[in-house]
Amino acid sequence: MADQGRAPAIVLHGIVKRFPGVIANDGVELTVRAGTIHAIIGQNGSGKSTLMKTLYGAHRPDEGTIELDGQLAELHSPRDAIAAGIGMVYQHFMLAENLTVWENVVLGQEPGGPFKLDIKGARARVRELSARYGLEVDPDERVATLGVGERQRVEILKVLYRGARTIILDEPTAVLVPQEVDELFASLRELVAGGATVIFISHKLDEVLGVADAITVLRDGRTVAEIDDPHSVTARDLAELMVGSQLPVPETREATVTDVVGLAIEGLGVEEDGRPVLADIDLVVHRGEIVGVAGVEGNGQQELVEAIVGIRPIAAGRIMFDGIDVSGESTRHRRDRGLGYVPEDRHRDGLVLPELLWSNVMLGHQWRRPFARGPWVDRRGARQRSDEIIIDFGVKTPSSEVPAYALSGGNQQKLIIGREMTSEPRVLLASHPTRGIDVGAQGAVWEQMRRARSAGLATLLISADLDELIGLSDRLVVMYRGRVVAELDPAHVTPADLGSYMTGARAPEAA
Amino acid sequence: MTGSWKIRLATGLAAPAIALVVALAVSSLALLVSGSSPVTAFRAMATYIDSLDSVINIVNRAVPYYVAGVAVAIGFKMNLFNIGVDGQYRLAALLAAAVGAAVDLPPVLHVTLIMVVAMVVGGSYAAIAGVLKVTRGVNEVVSTIMLNFIATGLSAYLLTTYLQDDAASGLVSGTPELPRSGQLPSLNRLVEAIGIDLPRNAVLRGFLPFAIVIGILFYLVIYRTRFGFELRTSGLNPAAATSSGVNPKAMVMKTIILSGMCAGLIGMGPLLTDLHKYADQFPFQLGFTGIAVALLGRNNPAGIAVAAVVWATIERASQALNPVGIPQEIGRILQGSLLLSAVIAFEVVRRAAAAAAVKEAAARTGEAGEAPAGPPADTMAGAPV
Repeated sequence: MADQGRAPAIVLHGIVKRFPGVIANDGVELTVRAGTIHAIIGQNGSGKSTLMKTLYGAHRPDEGTIELDGQLAELHSPRDAIAAGIGMVYQHFMLAENLTVWENVVLGQEPGGPFKLDIKGARARVRELSARYGLEVDPDERVATLGVGERQRVEILKVLYRGARTIILDEPTAVLVPQEVDELFASLRELVAGGATVIFISHKLDEVLGVADAITVLRDGRTVAEIDDPHSVTARDLAELMVGSQLPVPETREATVTDVVGLAIEGLGVEEDGRPVLADIDLVVHRGEIVGVAGVEGNGQQELVEAIVGIRPIAAGRIMFDGIDVSGESTRHRRDRGLGYVPEDRHRDGLVLPELLWSNVMLGHQWRRPFARGPWVDRRGARQRSDEIIIDFGVKTPSSEVPAYALSGGNQQKLIIGREMTSEPRVLLASHPTRGIDVGAQGAVWEQMRRARSAGLATLLISADLDELIGLSDRLVVMYRGRVVAELDPAHVTPADLGSYMTGARAPEAA
Repeated sequence: MTGSWKIRLATGLAAPAIALVVALAVSSLALLVSGSSPVTAFRAMATYIDSLDSVINIVNRAVPYYVAGVAVAIGFKMNLFNIGVDGQYRLAALLAAAVGAAVDLPPVLHVTLIMVVAMVVGGSYAAIAGVLKVTRGVNEVVSTIMLNFIATGLSAYLLTTYLQDDAASGLVSGTPELPRSGQLPSLNRLVEAIGIDLPRNAVLRGFLPFAIVIGILFYLVIYRTRFGFELRTSGLNPAAATSSGVNPKAMVMKTIILSGMCAGLIGMGPLLTDLHKYADQFPFQLGFTGIAVALLGRNNPAGIAVAAVVWATIERASQALNPVGIPQEIGRILQGSLLLSAVIAFEVVRRAAAAAAVKEAAARTGEAGEAPAGPPADTMAGAPV
C-alpha cells in the first residue's frame, strides 16, 4: 500500500519542546510514510498534543528538524502548515451550525471574486471532494441537522478543500459510536487510497491495531517504539509500552486505613444529553485511606468529581459522606459535611485570580469561622488564617495582600491545599493535585496528603501521574468509558495490567 | 508599607488623569473643527461652575446619577448587565407617586411607604429578567432592553388610564401631587445652620443624605458581607463560585432584584424633593446615565460618586456655552470621550499594575507568577471590577 519509492511524507527528528517547568517533548522521532495511516499513541502528558502542535505550526520546537516530503521545513504558523499540505481535524469540531455543509467547507477561502461568491463552483468542488474520498455528505444540508459522524466528515472536507495531503486527526473516535467508527475507518482507507496521508492520535488500542499501517508510541515526551508492522504486536504489548516497563514502587509506610467508611458511592450514574457518561460506579474510601483513580482522561473522571462535589446532577445511585446520603444536597451542604475539594483546574475552579490571597483562602468556606461572623466577612480572621497557611504550607509570597495571580502555579496550589486541609475536611477530593507545578511543590503537596491520611482523612485521588497514583494510593481503581473496570493493589500492579485496563484492551474480570 | 498600595494609588490617579487629558483633547479638536476656540469654551465653562449656585445645582443633579450608578454597579459586580435600570426606575417612580398621592400618613411613615413601594416595584420588575435568565437562559441584556420598552408603554398606559390626576388640566398628564407629609424637606436650613449663606432660589434637595446611605450600604453589602463576597466571586469567576457552594441561579436572582430595588430609588430624589408627582417632565434616561457613571466610577462606591459629580458638572458647565455662541452639545462630546478614554485608560493601567504586582511578588519570592496575559477571561470588557 505504501509507495516505497517516495520520500516519507513526514520525518520529525530529535524534536524537543520545553515549557516553563516541563519538557513536553524530549527527543521525539517520527517517520510517516506517504499514503499510510499512521497512529500515534501515548498516555496523557506523553507529549502527543505538543508534537501535533509542532507539526501544525502552532508553536516551534526548541530543537529538532521537520522534513516534509524529503525537504527541510520551518513551520511558523498553521498557515505555513496548511501551505505545506498539512491539515488538522480537532476533536472538538469548529463548524458554524446554521450554515450548510458547503458553506462551512469554503468559509474563509471562498471561491469567486471579492464581491461575488462562486456558489456553483464551491458546491461542485465540495461534491467532487466528497465523491473522490468517499466522504459521503450532502453539500446543501445544514450542519445543525447533521450527526456527529457527518460533522467529522465535514471537518475532513474542510482540510482537504484547503489542499491538505496529510491530515492529522486528534482522537477522532472519542466522539463516535461504534458504527460511526467503522464508517470513519472506511473513509480513512479511501483517503489513503486517494493519495492522502493520515496521522491519527488515539489511545484506543484495538482501533489502532485495526486500522493503522504503522504505530509510534510516545512516553514521557520520547518515542519509545516505532512499529512498522502492527500485526507483530498485541494490544497488551502496546499498553505496556505506553505505561512503561517499570512502575514506581510504593514506598513502605504504616497502614493507616481504618474500617470506617468515609466516602461511599453506590451505583452512581450520570447522564449527559441522555447518554450515560458514568454508570454503576461503586466506590468506598475508608478513613485514613487514599484511593487512586487511574484512567485515560475523558473516561468519566471529571464527571465523577463533579457529581461528588454536587455541581452535576446524578441520574442514579447515591453518594454518602460518613454514612449520610448527600445525593440530594447542595454543594454548600456537602462542604459543611466536611468535603474538601482540590479542583483539577485551579484557575477555573479553585481561585479568583484578581482577588487577594486572604480572600481566596475563604473560597468554599466563606460562611464559616474564622472567615465569617454571622452575615459579615471577618477580614481579620481571614487574614490570620491566610498567614497561617502561608507559613504552615510553605506558600512563597510577600504577604496575604497580593492578588492570587502574582503567585507561581506551585504556590497557588499550596494555598489551595492549605485552604482545604485547614478547614477540617472529612472527605478530600483531589483532582490532579500536582498538575503543572514544579517538583519541589509536588513533594510538598504529597507530604500534606500523606499527613492528612494519617490524620484519618478519606481521600479520593484522581490523577494521570502514575508516580503520584502508585506512590500515594492504598488502593487503585481504573476507570474506562464511565465505569470502574478494575481494582488493583498498587504494590503488585504490573504495567501491562494497568495499561490494558486503562486502554480497554482488557475487559473487567467480573463484568 | 508594601508596594501594593502604591500600585493601587497609581492606578487610582493615573487612569483618570490620562482620561481627562484625552477627553479635553478630543473636545478641543471638535471645537476647532466647528470653528470655535477651545479656550473661550473651557473658560466660559469653568467660570460658570465657579459659584455656590452652580455647586448646589451640580449636587442636586448628581444625586440621582449616583443612585443610578450604584444600581447598575450592583449588577456589574457579578457581570450582570442590567440595562433595564431605566424602565425599572420609571415604573417604580410612577407607582410610588400614585400610591403616595392616594394615602394619608404621618410624615416619616408616608415617605417610607413611598420608598418601599418604589423598591418593591423596581425589584419586581427586574426580577422578570432574572426569572427569564435563570429558567430559560435568556440573556439579561436583551430582556432588560425589551423590558425598558414595555415599561415605557406600560407607564404611559397606566398614567393616562388609571393614575391621571383628574383635577389637573387635560394638557399635562401626571399623577396627583404628593401631600406635604409625602415630601422631603430641603437641606437649606441645615446648610445655613453651619454658616453658609445660600444664594436666593438655590435649593439643596433633601435626597442627598439618602444617596449617601445608599452608597455606604452598597459598600458594606458588597465588600463586607458574605453575600457580597459570593456576589463578587460569581462575577469574577463563576466556576469557582459554583464549586465553593454558591448557587449560581439564586445569585442571579438576588443580584438583579437588589439592582432593581436600588433602581427603584433613582426617581425618589426628583419625586420627593422637587416635582412631587410623576408627570411628563419627570427626568428620563437616568438609567442610561447610570451605566455611564458606573463605568466611569469603576463600580466603586466612592468612584461612582466622583463620576456622578463629574457628569453633573459637565452638564451644568455646558449651559455656559450657548451664551458665548458655542453649541452646548460639546458637553456631550466631552462626556462621551471621557467615558471612552477612561475605560481604556483603566484597562491599560490595570494591566500595568498587574504586571508590576507579579514582578514584585517574583522579586520577593524568586518564583514567577501565573498572571493571565489578558484580562481575566470572565470579566466582560467594559465592565471593570
